[in-house]
Amino acid sequence: MVVATRVISYREALNEAIRLEMRRDPAVVIMGEDIAGGAGIGHVENVGAWGGVLGVTKSLVSEFGRQRVLDTPISEAGFIGAAVGAAVTGLRPIAELMFVDFFGVCMDQIFNQGAKLRYMFGGKAKVPLVIRTMIGAGFGAAGQHSGSHYAVFTHMPGLKTVAPATPYDAKGLLIAAIRDDDPVIFFEHKLLYDTTGEVPEEEYVIPLGKADVKRAGSDVTVVAIARMVHVALEAAARLAGEGIDVEVIDLRTLSPLDEEAILESLAKTRRLVVVDEDNPRCSVAADIAALAVDRGFDYLDAPVKMVTAPHTPVPFSPSMEQFYIPSPQRVINAIREVI
Amino acid sequence: MEIPEERLRWIYERMVTIRRFEDRVAQEFAAGKLPGFVHLYAGEEAIAVGVCAHLTDRDYITSTHRGHGHCIAKGVDVRSMMAELFGRSTGACKGKGGSMHIADVDKGMLGANGIVGGGPPLACGAGLMAKVKSTDQVAACFFGDGAAEQGTTHEAMNLAAIWKLPVVFVCENNLYAESTPWTYHCAASDIASRAAAYDMPGVLVDGADVFAVYEAAGEAITRARRGEGPSLLECRGFRYYGHFQGDAVTYRTKEEEEEYRRRDPIERFRKTVLSQGLLTEDELNAIDEAVAREIEQAVRFAEASPLPSPEECLTDVYVDYPVAQLAFRH
Ligand SMILES: Cc1ncc(C[n+]2csc(CCOP(=O)(O)OP(=O)(O)O)c2C)c(N)n1
Ligand SMILES: [Mg+2]
Repeated sequence: MVVATRVISYREALNEAIRLEMRRDPAVVIMGEDIAGGAGIGHVENVGAWGGVLGVTKSLVSEFGRQRVLDTPISEAGFIGAAVGAAVTGLRPIAELMFVDFFGVCMDQIFNQGAKLRYMFGGKAKVPLVIRTMIGAGFGAAGQHSGSHYAVFTHMPGLKTVAPATPYDAKGLLIAAIRDDDPVIFFEHKLLYDTTGEVPEEEYVIPLGKADVKRAGSDVTVVAIARMVHVALEAAARLAGEGIDVEVIDLRTLSPLDEEAILESLAKTRRLVVVDEDNPRCSVAADIAALAVDRGFDYLDAPVKMVTAPHTPVPFSPSMEQFYIPSPQRVINAIREVI
Repeated sequence: MEIPEERLRWIYERMVTIRRFEDRVAQEFAAGKLPGFVHLYAGEEAIAVGVCAHLTDRDYITSTHRGHGHCIAKGVDVRSMMAELFGRSTGACKGKGGSMHIADVDKGMLGANGIVGGGPPLACGAGLMAKVKSTDQVAACFFGDGAAEQGTTHEAMNLAAIWKLPVVFVCENNLYAESTPWTYHCAASDIASRAAAYDMPGVLVDGADVFAVYEAAGEAITRARRGEGPSLLECRGFRYYGHFQGDAVTYRTKEEEEEYRRRDPIERFRKTVLSQGLLTEDELNAIDEAVAREIEQAVRFAEASPLPSPEECLTDVYVDYPVAQLAFRH
């Protein structure tokens, strides 16, 4: 591993990953709504007005120009599909689907086109596409701007799905996703953009399909995704005082799934809690619980517990939204049940 | 088109209510009292009000993320709206929806909408209901210039046209979709002329002139009620605030914003009715005062209302699914 010397935000780490890849490979282009902003307006034409709704793509247009940093109309089916078509024919597009909840508008282009082309063409096509999208509750953004929904995409053969929890992982995984020859849906948690961490200045790749042990422990395995990694770590820190030693595994990539990392940890701790901000039915949490039961049954000394959102859309009011999001306390409760 | 005096008063009262509501929401938001984010309608009052002036509670509208003005024009209770923005249990959606989802189906308000282009197909559905049941209800569909580029909008216009549905498509062209000017995102030199592709009337209207909107909407709605099918209005206007509260609005110039202020829809209305002797200064001022009181009361009501209980999160997902199964196991 490269020695890190610099602290930047998750947002900056993502921006840097895109910037480095665009420098490295002229086939990389980026498109989305207001990712530069102010298209065609004289005084902001060369610098952009927004840089994306939460600033992740800020100033890319100043370096790469509007030919490679494309603001799109609000036509997700159109431009996400165009990104698929461009990927098949020789570009390496990064498309931004502002909030994951908007996938409904363009699902055919992802599901029937991007995900299936290679298979249906008998392996004679590649779709090197990244769709970056924002997930997560906690912003008071209500039912159509707060979902996680990565399970929907993880369910689909042909798609790879990635959800980084730290600035370091965000950069390395996004670079890997851009270089990957398959379509990757890249989920950025909106409450993580301002979090900071050590990130090397140079390029580096974190391979897709590899989980990461964010905290080693011996008593129970907690598998978590994206922001829930931090919730799990907080629960682990609180339990450490009581002598309960929690191992926290950050899945990082949801598909392909690092089954071995989970099973290895399970062999050690013999107990499993999964923390997932997505809805519980047919979820990644349920998928991991099924893996434990199917391939790890002999390791288990206790039932597998899932700490998830309820089977509801995300409510607006903070009183309900805080109830919706899995909390460290709920993770602690689940751990206590299996210890 | 002659507007009855009672309607004129209503038009002014609604426009001022929208303006004061939005200005107050901007303040409350800046004070950190509102969760989430808000998109304000100030500047566009003449569009919602000029259209809804022809509608009753039995007619339907679909709206957008910038929906407060549509709600007020359609008669949604301002106190319940404010309480919703504050995330309180007395809100129009019990605190579940917030700014982008305020709805009141009994008032024919089918919801603000967080999905750009989400509304037009829904409006077709309301129009289809009226047609199947042979009522004279109509549906007005508000959508932005940005939403004009969604496939759903085009599909909805075609659907309404082939089925001759009583739908009026009202494009609120406020010149920008977020920071993107409509001259970039739209290939044509106006949006109204797209109506030709669907064989329906298309009219370009000054969206800051409530009389012009009222007249154009009146024709389109009458036509829809008569069973002659849909129309498209493009109302050219502007929003005073940024795309949402917090937008630094670097894409517009000061001169441009000053130009908007010179065309202010409420000021223009006042000038017109006063110069033509349709309403008096005293009448207008009395309305201003009543509205100011109403908005103040709405904020007090919202602040005095309780937050929803956390478990309220689990209700309203289905009509009859057991709540226990919606809850998490841990
Ligand atoms: C399907 C979808 N795509 C993108 C967005 C993000 N978004 C919210 S409002 C907006 C701009 C809408 O512009 P316009 O339709 O002109 O309405 P205005 O905001 O100007 O009233 C965008 C891109 C969204 N909410 N839904
Ligand atoms: Mg607009």
